[in-house]
Amino acid sequence: MTDTHATTAPLDRLARTWSGTHGDEPFGDLDLRLTDTCLRDGSHHKRHQFTAREVEDIVRALDASGIPVIEVTHGDGLGGSSFNYGFSRTPEQELIRIAAETAQRAKIAFLMLPGVGTKDDIRAAQDNGGQICRIATHCTEADVSIQHFGLARELGLETVGFLMMSHTQSPEVLARQARIMVDAGCQCVYVVDSAGALVMEQTADRVAAVVAEIGHQADVGFHGHENLGLGVANTVIAARAGATQIDGSVRRFGAGAGNTPLEAFIGVCDKLGWRTGVDFLQIVDAAEDVIAPAMPEECRLDRMTLMMGYAGVYSSFLKHAGNAADRYGVSGAQILLEAGRRKLIGGQEDQLIDIALMLKAEKDKAAANA
Amino acid sequence: MAQKLTAAIVGPGNIGTDLLFKLLRSAEQGGPIEPRWMIGVDPSSEGLRIAASKGLEASHEGVDWLLKQDELPDLLFEATSAYVHREYAPRYREAGIRAVDLTPAAVGPAVIPPVNGDEHVGAWNVNMITCGGQATIPMVAAVSRATPVSYAEIVASVSSVSAGPGTRANIDEFTRTTSRGVTEIGGAAQGKAIIILNPAEPPMIMRDTIFCAVDPDADRDAIVASVFAMEKAVQEYVPGYRLLQEPQIDEPSDATRGALKVSIFVEVEGAGDFLPPYAGNLDIMTAAATQVGQNIARSILAGA
Repeated sequence: MTDTHATTAPLDRLARTWSGTHGDEPFGDLDLRLTDTCLRDGSHHKRHQFTAREVEDIVRALDASGIPVIEVTHGDGLGGSSFNYGFSRTPEQELIRIAAETAQRAKIAFLMLPGVGTKDDIRAAQDNGGQICRIATHCTEADVSIQHFGLARELGLETVGFLMMSHTQSPEVLARQARIMVDAGCQCVYVVDSAGALVMEQTADRVAAVVAEIGHQADVGFHGHENLGLGVANTVIAARAGATQIDGSVRRFGAGAGNTPLEAFIGVCDKLGWRTGVDFLQIVDAAEDVIAPAMPEECRLDRMTLMMGYAGVYSSFLKHAGNAADRYGVSGAQILLEAGRRKLIGGQEDQLIDIALMLKAEKDKAAANA
Repeated sequence: MAQKLTAAIVGPGNIGTDLLFKLLRSAEQGGPIEPRWMIGVDPSSEGLRIAASKGLEASHEGVDWLLKQDELPDLLFEATSAYVHREYAPRYREAGIRAVDLTPAAVGPAVIPPVNGDEHVGAWNVNMITCGGQATIPMVAAVSRATPVSYAEIVASVSSVSAGPGTRANIDEFTRTTSRGVTEIGGAAQGKAIIILNPAEPPMIMRDTIFCAVDPDADRDAIVASVFAMEKAVQEYVPGYRLLQEPQIDEPSDATRGALKVSIFVEVEGAGDFLPPYAGNLDIMTAAATQVGQNIARSILAGA
């Protein structure tokens, strides 16, 4: 892995801007195009219990403050409602429809993971008003998304590709996987720090490698998590390296210790002179008055979430590891460490139960020998 | 058994080559199938080379070549992709060739050996569902023969290196075909399937989790006994199939939508015929196809 950092550019220097490639589009005057994902990534923190009313209120507030893209789906993407990931209180397709009906300016994005959702789910999401199809794979498995990108483009959807758990692979591997997605019809490849485990220059090097590989054939994005407290810092450095689409969640409302706090990042952008099109005072009010009340609790940096960033564990394992720890009377932090040791990836929530049972067996054995 | 039926394998990739080893072994042990052709489209295919070295007639000129031969196979094992099989299935039927389909095309009725292995031996085309289906549907059936299952969900995790281009191009077909098998053969009222490709090194052994929603008053002991009995039944043709834990039973709650939740964790270690033992997903598919092919062959020979 070559995680060296060579740039000495000024802090506010962007390698490229959204307006540089999309200047002729509506909202084309932005330097960075932001996506708020509290209604998707936050679904993990909310244990997939969003109500129609909460979605409507949050979309209205985000839209009014100028957020250009709002992602709405079950946390694990279309079709995620399940024993393995948690059942949705309100069907996600209904939430997508409500979001699309509520938003005046913002586009509604939805996420899908090949292997969990299918092309039929993509069609349904478009019928309900979704305009941006975000397709996520583990960052070595991009080729499973080829048929879905093909369909999404055929349907006239805007497309985004998510390379999840990007910290596990070198910049060169990510660049090759990004190439597969772009050749399949992906219009923006995201470097996704699912575990919140990337540290500054590791982010920049990955974004820069993807930018170098795909040039202006597609945009590059960054999606961060807060498990080591680096969400905003990683996002700033990703933007400087050429990411022009940026994810975050207002109030950090996301899996693990949460996502990059979007309102904080917007404030940073204001100070650096980067145009996001979002009104800082309005988004801060929305965070406090609309988003925070919908959260079961704040997203915290605590023992469990720090362990995820430290051991490189998929952020949405948090609640499931907690459940298994409670059910079998073992340590949640130990479950996460073992998940990291087993190199589990996104989607393998079922294995956390197996780990808890293994820890319980060890504990029972130790007690019997004591 | 003196008389044997001839067979062709179409698709010399991971699955086709592993199947070749199993068919050859069963032929040596007196089984009713003689594998005679291996068909591919790439002259540099390792599977074709191996087949030729084992005495099969290997051709890279595709099924069109096979169907032009004077002598045609009695049985054909399709190990290409769902798209290819859908295209060629009618031509196999016209040529009078029985097809065992290892792709998720689902042209013919599906077969899971310990559940409905004796059915459909007269069908022109039978489907093996998917590797995840072969590993999990027996357990759904084990629960549903003990008590009605309102919903079953399976999660199959396989190592990335064991998922070939066919699986990758067909991932939607995998989930759709598997979930249909969960209901139609597993006996659940509703079904869902999830597949994960994990790139960890060294490669992980195939793992599968089966969740079933049942009535809170269901006989728990009967469910557990049925699951253990099914483990034994699958081990008869896949020795590396094993429960990782005792079946777990969770009381009804909002998280289970009011149902009793049965969770079953299995691991499938392969026999290591072609790919290493971690590729239990290939092993269970080819072992099941061998069983089904033999059942069909015996039924034809018995009727002849």
